[in-house]
Parts: sequence; C-alpha cells; structure tokens
Amino acid sequence: MRYFSSGHGACPGCGLPIAVKNVLQALDGKCFVVNSTGCLEIISSQYGKSAWGVPYIHSLFENAAPVAAGIEAALRALGRKDEGHVVVFAGDGATADIGFGCLSGVMDRNHDIIYICLDNEAYQNTGHQQSGLTPMGEATTTTPVGKLMPGKLGKKKDMVSIAVAHGIPYVATSSSAFPADIRRKVKRALEFEGTKYIQIHSPCVTGWGVDGKGGIIAAKLAVETGLYPLVEFEYGKLTRVRKIKDRKPVEEYLKIQRRFRHLFKHPMGKQIIEELQRIADENARKYGLDVEKK
Amino acid sequence: MMKVVRGFYSVAHAVKTCRPNVISAYPITPQTEIVENLAAMYANGELENCVYITAESEFSAASILVGASATGARTFTATCSQGLILMSEVLINAAGMRLPIVLVNTNRALSAPLSIWNDHQDSMFMRDAGIIQVYVENNQEAHDLIPQAYKIAENSKVLLPFMICMDGYKLTHAYEPVDLHSQEMIDEFLPPYEPVAKLSVDKPLTFGSYAPPHIYMEFRVALQNATERARKVMEDVFKEWAEFTGRDWKSHISVENVDDAELAVITLGSITSLVRDVVESLRREGKKVGLIKLRTFRPFPNDEIRKALKNVNKVIVLERAVSFGNEGQVAIEVKNALYGKSKEIYSFAIGLGGRDVPRELIVKIIDNVMQGKVKQGFHFEGVQEFKEVIP
Amino acid sequence: MIEITIGAISRPMEAKKNKTGDWGTEYPIVDVEKCSGCRSCEMFCPDLCVEVVKENKKKYAVFNYDYCKGCGVCAFVCPENAIRMEVKEIYKLEVE
Repeated sequence: MRYFSSGHGACPGCGLPIAVKNVLQALDGKCFVVNSTGCLEIISSQYGKSAWGVPYIHSLFENAAPVAAGIEAALRALGRKDEGHVVVFAGDGATADIGFGCLSGVMDRNHDIIYICLDNEAYQNTGHQQSGLTPMGEATTTTPVGKLMPGKLGKKKDMVSIAVAHGIPYVATSSSAFPADIRRKVKRALEFEGTKYIQIHSPCVTGWGVDGKGGIIAAKLAVETGLYPLVEFEYGKLTRVRKIKDRKPVEEYLKIQRRFRHLFKHPMGKQIIEELQRIADENARKYGLDVEKK
Repeated sequence: MMKVVRGFYSVAHAVKTCRPNVISAYPITPQTEIVENLAAMYANGELENCVYITAESEFSAASILVGASATGARTFTATCSQGLILMSEVLINAAGMRLPIVLVNTNRALSAPLSIWNDHQDSMFMRDAGIIQVYVENNQEAHDLIPQAYKIAENSKVLLPFMICMDGYKLTHAYEPVDLHSQEMIDEFLPPYEPVAKLSVDKPLTFGSYAPPHIYMEFRVALQNATERARKVMEDVFKEWAEFTGRDWKSHISVENVDDAELAVITLGSITSLVRDVVESLRREGKKVGLIKLRTFRPFPNDEIRKALKNVNKVIVLERAVSFGNEGQVAIEVKNALYGKSKEIYSFAIGLGGRDVPRELIVKIIDNVMQGKVKQGFHFEGVQEFKEVIP
Repeated sequence: MIEITIGAISRPMEAKKNKTGDWGTEYPIVDVEKCSGCRSCEMFCPDLCVEVVKENKKKYAVFNYDYCKGCGVCAFVCPENAIRMEVKEIYKLEVE
C-alpha cells in the first residue's frame, strides 16, 4: 500500500492500523490526515520513521479537530478544495475528554472533514488509564480493582448521540473487526458535505488483556453481544444498523479479556455484569439490533 | 491616506492589505474590535481568498491557524491576557513546527484578580516560547508593523510565529491620526506567502513528528538558531520599510538623547511617548537624561543595549510586568545584557492592571534616582500602602 | 555533521527501514491449495505484510516475513482455515 507502510511500532494484533489502512484505502489516499497525540501517532510518526504515505500532521493532544478545520479552510481559501479530503484520526481520550470542547466547536460549525474516533476504550498509550469512553466495570490503572472498587463505576459516554445532537450530516460506528464495514461507511460519508463522525471500535491487545488475535475475537463479540452496536445516522435519522442473528450474552465477551475478568470474582462484579447486559439489551431495543425470530 | 482612526481599526485595515487566507477569531477585551472589524470586512466581501472562522475558544482559534499555516495559508488572529495564555500551548507548538503565524496581542493584565486593563504581564509570560515579540508605541507603528511582521515571519531563514504587542485600550481604543496603507502599496512591499514545506497530496510529508532523546535537542537548537537569524532579517526589513515609506521606526531599539546622558530610561510600549516627553523637558532644564525605546523583546537585543549604554552609568527600567519571585522581566534581561559592566540599575514596575501612570510619577522616579534617594534594584511605584486581611 | 529537517518534518514511508519481522514468536504458513484468494487476511493484517498474488490463474496469499509480528489475526479470520501459525525454530524449547 502506498498510503501507510509496514515497520510501524504497533503491538502485534493492534486494531489501529487495521482501521487506518482501511480508511485510507476507501479514500484512495486522496486525503490530509490529522492525528492527535496517542498510540497511533507514537507508533507511526517518529522523526525519520514515518509510516505515512499521505500528507500528515500531528499538533497536540486535544486539537486534532480544529487543526483539521484550519486545513479545510486553507484549502478552500487557496482554491485547492479538490486536492483531498481532510480526515482526523483521534483516540477516545482525545475525542471524548480533552478534545471534547474543540470537537464540539468543529461539529457546530460543520466543517467539511471526516472525524474518526479510534475507540480502544482507554488512554492506552500512557498505560491504560480510563477515559470517557471506557465502559463500566473495566479495570484500568486509574480505576483499578481493589477490595472496595470493582473497576470503573461510571458509564461509557454516548458520543454517537452527542454527535447526532450537533446536527451533522453523518454519524456512524464501526469496528476493526469489520474492515469492509469501515470502508463502506467512509465511502458513504464522502457523499455528505459537512462534519462526518465515525467511531471505530479498535481492540488494544495489551490494554484489553488478550493475545494477538484475541483483540479481533473480542471486537467481534462486542458487536455480537450488542455492547458495541454498528449503526448509521444521516441528518439525525437512524438509517441502518448491523443486525445480530443470535445475540450472545455479555459474559462471553467479558470473560475472554483480562480487563473484565475480575467481574466474575469481585463482590460487586455480578451487578456490573447485569448492568452491562441491561445496556446491551437497551442498545438492541433502541437500535433494533435483534433479528426477529420467526 | 491620513485618517483619524481607533487603534483596532488601524490593525484590521493593515491585516486586510496583507491578504490573509485564514483568520480565526475569538472575542476578548480589548482586542475584540479588531476581529469585529475584520468580520465586517469579510461580510462585505473585502477579503479575497480568505476564510474567517469564529472559533469556540482561543485554543481552538490558534489550532485552526496551525492547520491552515501548515497547508500554506497566510494566517492571522488577535488575542491577549487569558486568551494568550490559553493558546500558549498551541503557540509554543507552532514555534517548534516553524509556522509563521502572525498575531496581535493587545496587552492586558493577567487574572487573578480579573482585569481587562493594560499591562505587559501576558506577553512577558510568553517570552520563552521562541516567538518573535515587538512592542509598538502608537497606532501608526502598529499599522506599519503588520506587513513587516509577515515579511519577517515568512522569511525562509526565520519561519517563526510573530507577536505584535500593542497596549490594550491605551492604543487599541485611542483615536490617533494614521496614514493608512493602500492595497497597491502593500502588494508592492509584501509578496504572497511561499512556504518551504506544506501539507500537499502531491508531496506527502509528516508534520509534527516526535523526537526521541537522540535527536530532540538538535531541533531546539535549530529553533534558537532561527531566533538568532531573525535579528538580521528584522533589521533588514525595518530598514526596507523606512526607505519604502519614509517612516523610520529605527531598529530593535530606538536610542534617543543617550550620547552624553548620565542616566538613561529604558521603556517599552505606549508609555514611551510620555517618557520621551518627560526626558525632553528634563533636557531643556539641562539634565543629561536619555531614552531607550525597547521595540524588539524577542530576540532580546543584548548587543544593542550594551552598545547604547556604553557611557551611561545610571539606568532606569520602567516596566509593566513582574516575574513573581524575582523582579520585572525587562530588568532581568537588561541586567543580563549588561553582565560584567558596572552600572547602577533601578527598575520600577508601574501601571499594572491599567493603573494610570501620571506624568508626575515618571518625573518623580527619574528625580529620585538622580538624587540618590532610592536604592538600586526592584521597586513597585504608584502603589497604595495596604495591609492584607482575612475577609 | 547530521541533517535535520525544518520543524521536525519527516519524509513519507521511512518506517520501512524498521524490519519488525523479528518481533513474533510465531509465523503464518499458508496452504496454497486451500487459499481462495479472498483477501480477508490482506484486509486485516495490521502490519500490511500479506498480499494476494495471482499465478497461473491461481490466487493465493504471500507473506512478507520482514515485517510479520506473528499476531495470528490472519489465521483467525481466514474463512478457508488455510493459514496455520507455526512457532519459530529459535523459540522451540527442548525440555529435558
């Protein structure tokens, strides 16, 4: 591939390069990439060892969205609008936490960019600290399991609803375990003018506590249990979901990852598993995920 | 064309003639009228090949310019005080990435307590960033400095952000006669921006790489080298402007009445006009006093200060900020420039938070030093006696 | 004297210098007969080190072991079960 090269420093089985290369493929490399500080940036943009074959800029942790807006504005002002699409790759921490305000401003002004949140559900690059998109019950280093606490007690921030509430033309979720889905959604996003938000569930083998292929196995189960629904919104209307034929219970997803395994032993674990099942059931109801049984 | 205009209009007009491509705006007193004037020009279609973005914070406003500048656009924003500090992370990042962003900082005091009035605490805070800083005395100088700023910043030997410091309210809101530039004039002086490297699909580059210990230091030395090279580039552009317009703002410093002076006053910003008036009237009384107007604060004109003060024994530094835990930043840097020379240096922090500096205060300060009534070192002047209590 | 770029701008795709093939303890072997050339492995491989080629009307996957980190995602996603992960010789331990 001419857009992204081998030799980057990602962990074996990392979901980030899987997502990135499929996005770049869907764009035919005709793009400007803005990347916030995080795992993707660190593994791919060391001085003299860049893995990027497309124009790329890394500024700070929290400003990928406005930097992208600036690129888009400059291309318009300089009459270079057709040169390529502006796409952001930002982690869940950069999106839902520290960069949240800037992202809101960009979505509000509806700049013509594609914003891709690579959601590995924690600040993985700094060693697995919790972020706004860390799900309930996960053990992270700042929400560790102890005698008192069973991991994170808070919820996973609903960035999809927040993006939809900004009135942008296209909002979708996808997963590194479904690369064809990523490509289709990126191509669909290009049909809209304005800010497009795509949140891609991206497994982190070291953070989630799985082996090389375990990340993809887990990411598939996340979708199949209803915990990570794959949905599409166009102008605020739910247009398409990936239906689930035989929805699996959340335990099957939780038990194969070290970050959740404590829930099967901890005194508060049972109620968290029940809450997660309730969230999955609510997702199924809200988005119509279950295939009706005849 | 000579017109009586307010400072903020003279800035907006100058920016317009420099043909910016991306302007980002966020309001903060007392710079808001600058971006408002630019917005009105934009709404009237007076800004060609330009996109104006109303950012949702100064941090965002600066970040927008980073992306735009990296793409090859000429950029502008204005801010001050809390806004400058908020965008400091981005400006420091831009300096390291060598992006020639030009901004006007309408000097305003720092919180807490909140103050919308003028002093230099905001820009002094940014002196370590690798950003060029020049202070202006009046609205004509601000108006003239803007095209020069773009020419200096965009020079391939420099490529640094450039901050024009103009006193908030004192200059921004003051009505002064200004000879406004014509578009033709600036088109002749300032060529379009030609970036040495830019984000482009034809030539994909990776901006903002991270640098491990084996190479990081070289980049910071390169940044220092750029600020050093800026000295000569600035001198050349200042001279070129003087020849082009007949208005000579001198160079990094303006040395006035210092040749035979026994005492020299160093000052910067709008207060220079008042100090010059006092110095000239003292001269008429036969007192040997001189004035050094500090224009460029970064890169700091060490050689020029040393040379100007060669035969002067007493130096007064009048400044509008403090580095808490030490003393005024200008005095610290002047003393550093004069290291090894034995001179008496008296520094006074005055007019913080827009506190009025009456003529009598300047006269008193100079008088006290000349008569040996005050010790060397750092003093606050124009402050009420107070006692700190618990409410 | 070394050369550094202005503003730490890097040239494209220089990561290729970094041969990550020695990272993994396992490596993938494809059964060419079973391989249908569906490109699933190619779509997934995080290190972009597998390519489906066509030889005499037969499509099959070819691995670039210079970069393969042995993650095993290709073997997992292959719908034909045509890929098996083999432990590298140097990691095969003799137990006495």
